[in-house]
Amino acid sequence: MSQPTPHLKVANDGQVTVVELTPKKILDEMSIMQIGQQLYALAAGSASPRMALDFTNVAHMSSSALGVLITLHKRVREKGGRMVLCNIQPAIYEIFAITRLNEIFSIQANRQEAILALQ
Amino acid sequence: MVIASDLEAARQVENTILDEVERYGYSDASAFSIRLAIEEGLNNAIKHGNGYDPNKTVQVAFAVTPQQVVISITDEGPGFDPARVPDPTCDENLEKPCGRGIMLMRAYMDEIHYNPCGNQVRMVKKNS
Repeated sequence: MSQPTPHLKVANDGQVTVVELTPKKILDEMSIMQIGQQLYALAAGSASPRMALDFTNVAHMSSSALGVLITLHKRVREKGGRMVLCNIQPAIYEIFAITRLNEIFSIQANRQEAILALQ
Repeated sequence: MVIASDLEAARQVENTILDEVERYGYSDASAFSIRLAIEEGLNNAIKHGNGYDPNKTVQVAFAVTPQQVVISITDEGPGFDPARVPDPTCDENLEKPCGRGIMLMRAYMDEIHYNPCGNQVRMVKKNS
Protein backbone atom coordinates (compact mmCIF):
# COMPACT_ATOMS: atom_id res chain seq x y z
CA MET A 1 0.00 0.00 0.00
CA SER A 2 1.63 3.25 -1.10
CA GLN A 3 1.07 6.42 0.85
CA PRO A 4 1.93 9.73 -0.86
CA THR A 5 3.13 12.78 1.08
CA PRO A 6 4.17 16.06 -0.57
CA HIS A 7 7.84 15.12 -0.90
CA LEU A 8 7.92 11.41 -0.19
CA LYS A 9 6.32 8.26 -1.55
CA VAL A 10 6.26 5.72 1.25
CA ALA A 11 5.69 1.99 0.87
CA ASN A 12 6.34 -1.04 3.02
CA ASP A 13 8.19 -4.13 1.82
CA GLY A 14 8.08 -6.62 4.65
CA GLN A 15 9.74 -4.91 7.59
CA VAL A 16 11.44 -2.34 5.38
CA THR A 17 10.01 1.11 4.87
CA VAL A 18 10.85 2.22 1.34
CA VAL A 19 10.87 5.98 0.94
CA GLU A 20 11.11 7.46 -2.53
CA LEU A 21 12.14 11.10 -2.52
CA THR A 22 9.89 12.62 -5.18
CA PRO A 23 11.42 16.07 -5.87
CA LYS A 24 13.99 16.48 -8.62
CA LYS A 25 15.64 19.27 -6.65
CA ILE A 26 16.11 19.10 -2.89
CA LEU A 27 17.45 22.60 -2.52
CA ASP A 28 15.19 25.06 -0.80
CA GLU A 29 15.31 25.21 2.96
CA MET A 30 11.56 25.04 3.49
CA SER A 31 11.17 21.84 1.46
CA ILE A 32 14.23 20.33 3.13
CA MET A 33 12.77 21.10 6.54
CA GLN A 34 9.47 19.47 5.54
CA ILE A 35 11.24 16.42 4.14
CA GLY A 36 13.21 16.18 7.38
CA GLN A 37 10.09 16.32 9.53
CA GLN A 38 8.41 13.61 7.43
CA LEU A 39 11.47 11.36 7.55
CA TYR A 40 11.97 11.87 11.29
CA ALA A 41 8.30 11.02 11.86
CA LEU A 42 8.69 7.78 9.89
CA ALA A 43 11.73 6.83 11.97
CA ALA A 44 9.94 7.74 15.20
CA GLY A 45 6.94 5.63 14.22
CA SER A 46 8.87 2.38 14.22
CA ALA A 47 10.41 0.52 17.16
CA SER A 48 13.49 -0.39 15.13
CA PRO A 49 13.27 1.39 11.80
CA ARG A 50 14.63 -0.16 8.64
CA MET A 51 14.53 2.51 5.99
CA ALA A 52 15.49 2.39 2.33
CA LEU A 53 15.74 5.87 0.82
CA ASP A 54 15.33 5.84 -2.94
CA PHE A 55 17.01 8.77 -4.73
CA THR A 56 15.82 7.85 -8.25
CA ASN A 57 14.22 11.26 -8.86
CA VAL A 58 16.85 13.43 -7.21
CA ALA A 59 19.04 15.37 -9.62
CA HIS A 60 20.08 18.26 -7.35
CA MET A 61 20.60 18.52 -3.63
CA SER A 62 22.26 20.93 -1.22
CA SER A 63 24.34 20.63 1.92
CA SER A 64 21.21 21.27 4.01
CA ALA A 65 19.69 18.07 2.61
CA LEU A 66 22.83 16.21 3.65
CA GLY A 67 22.28 17.57 7.15
CA VAL A 68 18.78 16.06 7.23
CA LEU A 69 20.15 12.67 6.16
CA ILE A 70 22.82 12.79 8.87
CA THR A 71 20.23 13.62 11.55
CA LEU A 72 17.89 10.90 10.27
CA HIS A 73 20.73 8.36 10.24
CA LYS A 74 21.55 9.24 13.84
CA ARG A 75 17.92 8.90 14.97
CA VAL A 76 17.50 5.58 13.17
CA ARG A 77 20.66 4.18 14.78
CA GLU A 78 19.62 5.45 18.21
CA LYS A 79 16.55 3.22 17.87
CA GLY A 80 18.65 0.24 16.85
CA GLY A 81 17.51 0.56 13.25
CA ARG A 82 19.29 0.79 9.92
CA MET A 83 19.08 3.02 6.89
CA VAL A 84 20.24 2.41 3.32
CA LEU A 85 20.34 4.84 0.38
CA CYS A 86 19.85 3.63 -3.18
CA ASN A 87 19.44 4.64 -6.83
CA ILE A 88 21.75 7.61 -6.40
CA GLN A 89 22.61 9.33 -9.67
CA PRO A 90 26.36 9.71 -10.33
CA ALA A 91 26.36 13.51 -9.90
CA ILE A 92 24.64 13.18 -6.53
CA TYR A 93 26.92 10.34 -5.48
CA GLU A 94 29.85 12.68 -6.12
CA ILE A 95 28.47 15.03 -3.43
CA PHE A 96 28.44 12.13 -0.98
CA ALA A 97 31.99 11.19 -1.99
CA ILE A 98 33.37 14.75 -1.76
CA THR A 99 31.93 15.13 1.72
CA ARG A 100 32.99 11.56 2.67
CA LEU A 101 29.41 10.78 3.60
CA ASN A 102 29.61 7.72 1.37
CA GLU A 103 31.73 6.33 4.23
CA ILE A 104 29.00 6.99 6.77
CA PHE A 105 25.94 5.91 4.84
CA SER A 106 25.23 2.46 3.48
CA ILE A 107 24.64 2.94 -0.25
CA GLN A 108 23.25 0.28 -2.59
CA ALA A 109 22.80 0.35 -6.36
CA ASN A 110 19.05 -0.18 -6.45
CA ARG A 111 15.95 -0.68 -4.37
CA GLN A 112 16.08 -4.48 -4.40
CA GLU A 113 19.63 -4.49 -3.06
CA ALA A 114 18.74 -1.89 -0.45
CA ILE A 115 15.83 -4.01 0.79
CA LEU A 116 18.03 -7.10 0.78
CA ALA A 117 20.68 -5.27 2.81
CA LEU A 118 18.07 -4.35 5.40
CA GLN A 119 16.67 -7.86 5.87
CA MET B 1 20.79 42.81 -8.57
CA VAL B 2 19.53 43.31 -5.01
CA ILE B 3 17.19 40.76 -3.49
CA ALA B 4 15.38 40.39 -0.19
CA SER B 5 16.61 37.87 2.39
CA ASP B 6 14.10 35.49 1.00
CA LEU B 7 14.60 32.02 -0.44
CA GLU B 8 12.03 32.51 -3.21
CA ALA B 9 13.91 35.59 -4.40
CA ALA B 10 17.09 33.54 -4.28
CA ARG B 11 15.47 30.88 -6.48
CA GLN B 12 14.59 33.50 -9.09
CA VAL B 13 18.18 34.77 -9.23
CA GLU B 14 19.44 31.23 -9.47
CA ASN B 15 17.12 30.50 -12.40
CA THR B 16 18.11 33.74 -14.16
CA ILE B 17 21.80 32.83 -13.97
CA LEU B 18 21.17 29.22 -14.98
CA ASP B 19 19.17 30.37 -18.01
CA GLU B 20 22.22 32.35 -19.13
CA VAL B 21 24.49 29.37 -18.47
CA GLU B 22 22.25 27.19 -20.60
CA ARG B 23 22.12 29.81 -23.35
CA TYR B 24 25.92 29.74 -23.63
CA GLY B 25 25.94 25.96 -23.93
CA TYR B 26 27.76 25.05 -20.74
CA SER B 27 27.82 21.31 -20.03
CA ASP B 28 25.27 19.70 -17.74
CA ALA B 29 28.07 19.02 -15.26
CA SER B 30 29.06 22.71 -15.20
CA ALA B 31 25.43 23.78 -14.83
CA PHE B 32 25.06 21.32 -11.93
CA SER B 33 28.13 22.80 -10.24
CA ILE B 34 27.02 26.39 -10.76
CA ARG B 35 23.51 25.68 -9.43
CA LEU B 36 24.91 24.00 -6.35
CA ALA B 37 27.37 26.82 -5.66
CA ILE B 38 24.72 29.55 -6.10
CA GLU B 39 22.35 27.65 -3.83
CA GLU B 40 24.96 27.27 -1.11
CA GLY B 41 26.20 30.86 -1.48
CA LEU B 42 22.71 32.38 -1.32
CA ASN B 43 21.66 30.12 1.55
CA ASN B 44 24.72 31.20 3.50
CA ALA B 45 24.05 34.88 2.76
CA ILE B 46 20.36 34.75 3.70
CA LYS B 47 20.63 32.36 6.63
CA HIS B 48 24.01 32.97 8.25
CA GLY B 49 24.81 36.45 6.90
CA ASN B 50 21.48 38.23 7.16
CA GLY B 51 19.85 35.85 9.63
CA TYR B 52 16.63 35.88 7.53
CA ASP B 53 16.21 39.55 8.51
CA PRO B 54 13.57 40.95 6.10
CA ASN B 55 15.14 44.40 6.46
CA LYS B 56 18.44 43.17 5.08
CA THR B 57 19.19 42.47 1.44
CA VAL B 58 21.60 40.36 -0.59
CA GLN B 59 23.47 41.79 -3.56
CA VAL B 60 24.10 39.40 -6.41
CA ALA B 61 26.32 40.36 -9.34
CA PHE B 62 27.01 37.95 -12.15
CA ALA B 63 28.62 37.84 -15.57
CA VAL B 64 28.12 34.90 -17.88
CA THR B 65 30.33 34.74 -20.95
CA PRO B 66 31.22 31.86 -23.26
CA GLN B 67 34.47 31.48 -21.30
CA GLN B 68 33.38 31.66 -17.67
CA VAL B 69 30.72 32.46 -15.12
CA VAL B 70 31.55 34.91 -12.35
CA ILE B 71 29.11 35.30 -9.45
CA SER B 72 29.47 37.59 -6.48
CA ILE B 73 27.15 37.38 -3.47
CA THR B 74 27.24 40.02 -0.73
CA ASP B 75 25.17 40.03 2.45
CA GLU B 76 24.69 42.63 5.17
CA GLY B 77 25.99 40.44 7.95
CA PRO B 78 29.14 40.99 10.01
CA GLY B 79 31.09 38.51 7.89
CA PHE B 80 33.22 35.62 9.06
CA ASP B 81 36.65 34.10 8.63
CA PRO B 82 36.30 31.16 6.21
CA ALA B 83 39.68 29.83 7.40
CA ARG B 84 38.10 29.18 10.80
CA VAL B 85 35.28 27.00 9.45
CA PRO B 86 36.05 23.43 10.51
CA ASP B 87 36.83 20.92 7.77
CA PRO B 88 33.64 18.82 7.49
CA THR B 89 35.62 15.87 6.08
CA CYS B 90 37.73 15.46 9.23
CA ASP B 91 36.73 12.29 11.08
CA GLU B 92 35.48 14.23 14.10
CA ASN B 93 33.19 16.40 11.95
CA LEU B 94 31.85 13.76 9.56
CA GLU B 95 28.57 13.27 11.36
CA LYS B 96 27.88 16.92 12.11
CA PRO B 97 24.70 17.92 10.27
CA CYS B 98 26.00 21.27 8.99
CA GLY B 99 29.10 23.05 7.72
CA ARG B 100 29.46 21.57 4.23
CA GLY B 101 28.26 24.49 2.08
CA ILE B 102 31.57 26.31 1.68
CA MET B 103 33.41 23.07 1.09
CA LEU B 104 31.00 22.14 -1.73
CA MET B 105 31.36 25.61 -3.28
CA ARG B 106 35.15 25.15 -3.28
CA ALA B 107 34.86 21.65 -4.72
CA TYR B 108 32.51 22.56 -7.55
CA MET B 109 33.80 25.98 -8.63
CA ASP B 110 37.21 26.77 -10.12
CA GLU B 111 37.80 29.77 -7.88
CA ILE B 112 36.19 31.04 -4.70
CA HIS B 113 37.36 34.11 -2.80
CA TYR B 114 35.99 35.97 0.20
CA ASN B 115 36.49 39.67 0.81
CA PRO B 116 38.55 40.56 3.93
CA CYS B 117 35.44 41.04 6.04
CA GLY B 118 33.90 37.76 4.89
CA ASN B 119 30.47 39.02 3.88
CA GLN B 120 31.11 38.69 0.16
CA VAL B 121 31.98 35.60 -1.85
CA ARG B 122 33.15 35.71 -5.46
CA MET B 123 33.04 32.45 -7.43
CA VAL B 124 34.29 31.58 -10.89
CA LYS B 125 33.46 28.59 -13.08
CA LYS B 126 35.33 28.19 -16.36
CA ASN B 127 33.56 26.75 -19.39
CA SER B 128 35.39 23.50 -19.98
